[in-house]
Amino acid sequence: MHDAHASRAGETSVPLTASAVLVNKVGLHARPSVKLTQCAKKFVAKIELALAEDGPWTDAKSPVKVMRVKAPQGATLHFRVAGADGEAALAAMLALVHDGFGEV
Amino acid sequence: MSSANARNVGIVIVSHSPKIAEGAADMVRQMVGSAVPLAWTGGDVDGGLGTNVAGILEAIETAWSPAGVAVLVDLGGAETNSEMAVEMLAEDRRARVVVCNAPVVEGAVIAATESSGGSSLAAVKRSAEEFYA
Repeated sequence: MHDAHASRAGETSVPLTASAVLVNKVGLHARPSVKLTQCAKKFVAKIELALAEDGPWTDAKSPVKVMRVKAPQGATLHFRVAGADGEAALAAMLALVHDGFGEV
Repeated sequence: MSSANARNVGIVIVSHSPKIAEGAADMVRQMVGSAVPLAWTGGDVDGGLGTNVAGILEAIETAWSPAGVAVLVDLGGAETNSEMAVEMLAEDRRARVVVCNAPVVEGAVIAATESSGGSSLAAVKRSAEEFYA
């Protein structure tokens, strides 16, 4: 965080984390990856995902990197978000995964 | 294409095969949606496999956006003809059109995904080119 955002960052500098199980049949393949990155880009918060609680973390706003995670159905997706709208971002990410990206 | 957002970078798909170009455009529309200006061109002037500068210019015109246009190409002539088309644009437009060094289908989907989030032309190009990174 830059100093200019210090006052805001004060409340949100600790990243929020949560996880959800991938329920859609094909896992995080091309189409869900696109949906996930499109959703992530709506937020200013830094959003990362991983297959394990301790990473390695992948930028959720990069469609190429998200596809490379190759998360299969049944995998647990861990999210780590930091930023002013982090809470809303995390809720949106979890909702998307729970809904199976609209394709279950 | 009327619902496309003028703020978003336009995507042009250039393949030797009109079927590939159209199919890649279908994938973009279905996976990314219609927020991104999109056009495709493929085939030579006689309808055979190949590319032609006039067709590419027309596609750039169709997908034109003040934010710029990213062109995805397949092989050889698609790239050189696209570069030639860019050279033929008016000077103020030339700097806002880039040919991406990315696979045509995957690159088009990724570029459009990046564009749909309102990213700059440079970011759209960078993201498409991550495939070869």
